[in-house]
Amino acid sequence: MLNQLAGVGIGLLLALAVGSALLARARHAAALTYGASALICLALAGIALQALGAGGAPGVALELRVGMPLARTQLGFDALSAAFAVIVNLASAIVSVGAIGLGRHVREQQRVLPFYPAFIAGMNVVLLAQDAFSFLIGWEFMSLASWALVVSDDCSDSNRRAGLVYLIMATGGALTLLLAFGVLAGPDGGYAFGQMRQATAFAPAAIVLVLALIGAGSKAGLVPLHAWLPLAHPAAPSHVSALMSGVMTKVAVYGFIRIVFDLSGPPAWWWSIPVLLAAAATALLGVLHALMEQDLKRMLAYSTVENIGIIFIGLGLALTFKANGMAVAAALAIVAAIFHGFNHSLFKSLLFLGSGAVLHATGERDMQRLGGLIHRMPLTALAFLAGCVAISALPPFNGFASEWLTFQAILLSPQLPQWIPRLLVPAVGATLACSAALAAACSVRAFGSTFLGRARSEPAAGAGETDPWSLGAMLVLAALCLLAGVLPGLVIDSLGSVSELVVQGRLAPQSGQPWLGIAPVDAQRGAYNGLLVFVMIASAAAVTALIARRFASHALRRSAAWDCGFPEPSPLAQYTPGGFAQPIRRVFGSVVFRAREQVSMPGPGDTGPARLRVELHDTVWDALYAPVVRAVDATAGYLNALQFLTIRKYLAVVFIALIVLLVIIGTSR
Amino acid sequence: MRAWVTQFVQLVLVLAFAPLLTGLTRRIRARLLRRQGPPLLQPYRDLARLMRKEAVVAHNASWLFRSAPYLIFAATWVAASLVPTFAGGLMFSAAADLIVIVALLGTARFFLALAGLDVGTGFGGIGASREMMFASLAEPAMLMVVFTLSLFAGSTQLSNVSAFLLGPGAGLSFSLGLALIALFIVSIAENARIPVDNPATHLELTMVHEAMILEYSGRHLAVLEAAASLKLLLHLSLIACVFTPWGMATAGTGWAGYLAGFGAWLGKLAAGGFLLVLFETAIAKMRVFRVPEFLGMALMLGLLGVILLFVSRVSG
Repeated sequence: MLNQLAGVGIGLLLALAVGSALLARARHAAALTYGASALICLALAGIALQALGAGGAPGVALELRVGMPLARTQLGFDALSAAFAVIVNLASAIVSVGAIGLGRHVREQQRVLPFYPAFIAGMNVVLLAQDAFSFLIGWEFMSLASWALVVSDDCSDSNRRAGLVYLIMATGGALTLLLAFGVLAGPDGGYAFGQMRQATAFAPAAIVLVLALIGAGSKAGLVPLHAWLPLAHPAAPSHVSALMSGVMTKVAVYGFIRIVFDLSGPPAWWWSIPVLLAAAATALLGVLHALMEQDLKRMLAYSTVENIGIIFIGLGLALTFKANGMAVAAALAIVAAIFHGFNHSLFKSLLFLGSGAVLHATGERDMQRLGGLIHRMPLTALAFLAGCVAISALPPFNGFASEWLTFQAILLSPQLPQWIPRLLVPAVGATLACSAALAAACSVRAFGSTFLGRARSEPAAGAGETDPWSLGAMLVLAALCLLAGVLPGLVIDSLGSVSELVVQGRLAPQSGQPWLGIAPVDAQRGAYNGLLVFVMIASAAAVTALIARRFASHALRRSAAWDCGFPEPSPLAQYTPGGFAQPIRRVFGSVVFRAREQVSMPGPGDTGPARLRVELHDTVWDALYAPVVRAVDATAGYLNALQFLTIRKYLAVVFIALIVLLVIIGTSR
Repeated sequence: MRAWVTQFVQLVLVLAFAPLLTGLTRRIRARLLRRQGPPLLQPYRDLARLMRKEAVVAHNASWLFRSAPYLIFAATWVAASLVPTFAGGLMFSAAADLIVIVALLGTARFFLALAGLDVGTGFGGIGASREMMFASLAEPAMLMVVFTLSLFAGSTQLSNVSAFLLGPGAGLSFSLGLALIALFIVSIAENARIPVDNPATHLELTMVHEAMILEYSGRHLAVLEAAASLKLLLHLSLIACVFTPWGMATAGTGWAGYLAGFGAWLGKLAAGGFLLVLFETAIAKMRVFRVPEFLGMALMLGLLGVILLFVSRVSG
């Protein structure tokens, strides 16, 4: 029954896409489309929650007589897809509410409205698919719809370039997934997931792992396949960026879990090594890139890369533990990973909506030209601050709860029998700790230069509070971030059936813990109580404030800033985001970015300004992508000559091609 | 019941003794420099005076500026009250393990850095920027120490860690020594002591912590000063609790045990403060960009300790 209902929901989303394509120029088309999307997503989230509670949907899968010959399209929930469907649809519903407000500012509605519900429908098809064909069709649908949204504003060169890079990467990713499913299906060609689990793959499962890492990893933004993500995510309108960064990356994570944990059979212990290496590199590089970025939305996109790294660290740990038969540890790691995915869908959506609000209030994405918005957009600032605290993994918000679980999983790994993971895991743990601390620096930098201090430009000084719809959405997301942080036990318990399905182990139920705390392995090993920590901080702050109120002087005088006696009137004398990150750039950047600083001072008597030139390299792009681009360019230039042949030469080319093909066919017979 | 009482007493004790510890370190430092030094109780007087004074707030300071001191203080206070000092068996010790305590200090630091940026002055920015750069190395180093300890004790709960180190299973270990050095370096950095930072200077280019709180005055400054004292107490108590857990009262002991535990804690604090100041007076302030090397050393020592443990453990 739940499967059929979910199918109806997807159908409604598709119908909405068609309807809004026809009526995109109508007066309230945007509000109606986003409102309807929000309602449908909310219903889908409810259905998925039901299915998750039941550990999958009882009853038959929804069979559609469309699709490939010999293979029917099968849609249905199991525990894993239900969990991800909750994540995807909950965030999509709230973002759609915010989009009612933010979506009005889009210039050409007909280029956004039809693709928005289609994008969400595509993600749901991926999650519900029970066979490889519908999975891939949903995957491509999701990619193309989001590509259309990325290029919806094609006025700038950078957006067109982002669209091109995204299209190439998405095509390559889908191709590798296609190959992965082909290997898994075996010689008999059973493309339903149920058949794949039984089938003997006709190639080593390690090939599937590599293909899944490339296919799903490129969509998720795993280093070194992340290059498209910081280009494409910020190029879309802000509410779409929220969906792409907060939600679509989770669909990619789902794809990875489905293929590697569910369909590929028992893993070998060394599978975790490439996963952990890529994940640790992703976490560290992502946050360092985010720290170097001046553009608010690109900064958020790079921070998505970092969080994907954290999620994949959990997945890599789960793989090692599963391979060694440590079911509880594997359950802990996979729960940590999915929980972090859930958290990231909440706070990244919140932060992108906030950046959209800032963008529409000021017309600026460059943090160097913002500042002081806390005075003019107080509620946006409050919600954005909550998102910043959550993403920096600070208690009592939700980002900390999932990172705490990941640390607990890392601490279980000395029991691993192999040497290599035992050496690798502590290094990964140090990387995770380092990226968490850098993420806090990144949040301070982003919030500080956008919302605090003095306005650095005219538009920032004249901004006003954003519309009530996006404010409401942001505040709800902020409240959910806090709620998931103080009651992590609820999330862990509801993921029990998922870990049962994926790693054949589950954590002890957390509902029995005193005071709603969590103790995932056992209370003696480590326990955390977000609720109690929150109550203690709140009451300690309240008591302190009361004491200060009772015993301290009440006098408060407003005056000019002190600034050691020499306040500088120009707001340009404040710390800029670039200046804020300079110490970190000096410490980490000289290796990672081959950063060079050059100061040119004017000579004595010269009144010209001194100049600081900073040179940063994207080392991954230079090492991996630039050669490919150069090779393609060179080949294209070389082949270009073929365009200007005489008719005799063309005929000769056709003739030679024919001969070659005939020879190939003849010899292969 | 006893757990509640212990927890409450601890909450009050850390608050009551934190300024005393600050006064003690200032006094010892002055004596080591052949100066007279302020009276031991001077920090209390300073706090009382600041409380009585009016607060001067910059025109463009936001609500964050005015509420941040209370949040910073609250997070530090909660963290300090969860580190066993004179007795184990705290009521809320199950609420937070070592990782949470580290993260609570991170929350306090986060809001302190934001408060530094709020008014939009150059000094606030320089302090916040440098503080976050130090933290990007100090926090992972601290977590590596936590990893080392919890791999020894098989638990991240502080009460279990100190119980394990008291028990017969513990012995001298190379990893433990590395962790102690790393924790000491982190404590120096976190508490803005020489050679990382100098709490006694207002020389602009050298200050980090002072730069962030430069705009504060009156009751806000008092609360922030108290939070800084609490943080020093927390770090010394943490080192004492983990590396010298002797004398701490356990759940079964009577009143005499608790008194002895209290005395032992005071003794350990005084000794720790003395050693800290001794180190401080023997070394010169570092340039800012030497500090990452200093903290990176702590991180590497911590990581080395953890890897040694990971490799040497066959079963946990």
